[in-house]
Amino acid sequence: MKILATVKRVPDPETSIKVKPDGSGIVADNIKWVVNPFDEIAVEESLRIKEKVAGSEVVLVSVGAKVAQEQLRTGLAMGADRAILVVAEDGLEPLAVARVLVKVIESEQPDLVVMGKQSIDDDSNAVGQMAAELLGWPQATFASKLELAGDQKTATVTREVDGGLETLSFPLPGIVTTDLRLNEPRYASLPGIMKARKKELKEIEVGALGVDVAPKARLVKMEPPPKRQAGKKVASVEELVHLLHTEAKVI
Amino acid sequence: MGDVLVFAEHVHGKFPKTTLIAFAAGQDAAAKLGGSCHAVVMGAGGLDALASEAASYGMTTVFQVEHARLEHYVADAYTAALAALVQAKGIDTIVATATAIGKDMTPRLAARLGAPLAADITGINADGTVVRPMYAGNVFATVKLEGAPRVISVRATAFDAAAKGGAGSVEKVAATLDEAALKTRFVGLEEIKSDRPVLTEARIVVSGGRGLKNGENFKIVLEPLVDELGAAMGASRAAVDAGFVPNDLQVGQTGKVVAPELYVAVGLSGAIQHLAGMKDSKVIVAINKDEEAPIFQVADYGLVADLFKAVPEMKDAVAKLKH
Repeated sequence: MKILATVKRVPDPETSIKVKPDGSGIVADNIKWVVNPFDEIAVEESLRIKEKVAGSEVVLVSVGAKVAQEQLRTGLAMGADRAILVVAEDGLEPLAVARVLVKVIESEQPDLVVMGKQSIDDDSNAVGQMAAELLGWPQATFASKLELAGDQKTATVTREVDGGLETLSFPLPGIVTTDLRLNEPRYASLPGIMKARKKELKEIEVGALGVDVAPKARLVKMEPPPKRQAGKKVASVEELVHLLHTEAKVI
Repeated sequence: MGDVLVFAEHVHGKFPKTTLIAFAAGQDAAAKLGGSCHAVVMGAGGLDALASEAASYGMTTVFQVEHARLEHYVADAYTAALAALVQAKGIDTIVATATAIGKDMTPRLAARLGAPLAADITGINADGTVVRPMYAGNVFATVKLEGAPRVISVRATAFDAAAKGGAGSVEKVAATLDEAALKTRFVGLEEIKSDRPVLTEARIVVSGGRGLKNGENFKIVLEPLVDELGAAMGASRAAVDAGFVPNDLQVGQTGKVVAPELYVAVGLSGAIQHLAGMKDSKVIVAINKDEEAPIFQVADYGLVADLFKAVPEMKDAVAKLKH
């Protein structure tokens, strides 16, 4: 079967993010860029399916600046077969990204699309659901378990929802978005990294796809969050409980 | 200006607090964007009581939409029924709380309507722009949604629950669903039963991190303190990743966002993505043996101590306070 997995270039989650003084964006210097952690889980899940189902192919897709090649190479080094980069300005809003992905999906015709549930920069948690709707496909977000029927025609997905675990089932094709506990992504091996250099990485200019990517949710400005002041250190549990009772009055 | 429509999520025949928050956010949106605030209650049937309850929260009209395919929340069916209602009633703004259902449904709805989406907003400005956190809460973006309709999901901690007041009307609306287009089947829900308060509604939250070392210690060390305080239990992503506790306890950027009166962080370092989920708590306590842990930078009260000693001591001290 053919599986498409998404890969977004995002700042390392441990990077401290600063807003530019004019509020137009974030300070991009000194940021280490990585594969969105939830997309790593998506790539891993795709590779696990490929390892189980003979003759499968894993295709990666990213939408963003040319430098996202680097993150696609990481996914190829993990074991994906080839990659597509739709070159576009960074910061496209979720609906624009979904429209671009739909074009790629229509041309690639995968049986399954696996995506991170959210990218840790924009935090919208939206593109998978939007692409599913635009395609008229079923969706299963926040997946913690993904099972395919023996004939690979049906997916059964366990989802992490409020208060428990929900199970959905649908005929393929469909879109699954990953939650943390779906799997533990592998590291790229040295031979994997060597092989990745020779794998196909196709670039498409976003303009060539003929989709409307004009912003409808326009960024007015960015601001840092209000600073929270550090409080005091206490010496003992006794003092802590006493202060919570008498000073903070919360217990 | 067109009206606002609040998606009123219900669980076991009741509105959770997160839905009352959506009512409040909807009213705020109507006040700032213009128009009246309506609500929609959806399900397979038997929604009369819920619909009139929703009307008592100051909703002008509550649309009661019943269809066999709406028995359980499933994204494709709910999106289709909701989009049809939005178009039939000329709604301009759709508001839902960013719960698991809200996060699953609102983007799909926005795509169906070709509408802009603002996810997980923390406020609505007087000029109608909205504020939403990005980068794990390290950035707050002001966003202007162009045109209508537009879809907004609301962060539960950012609004107070609506109070009762006013009595709107209930209107039953037949759902229009193209059943052939609905491909997803609800198989089941395995509920995690707990006598403790719901994490996102609790007055006190006690969270554990990797410092607890294993799942067993969450039970024998942390839980007695949780229960003595009548608190909800949370966890850091590291503790969830390590398999100590289920993911629905995760507090943080990619888990739940909480803002209780008291948040006690035990044996967790305070990674950026964890702080994103709790730093709006009223009072924060940190217990950690590493005095350099970043959690101390946001804590009102910090105790540098071995949690395996301090937590049982704290449980005893709280118990003593009660007597």
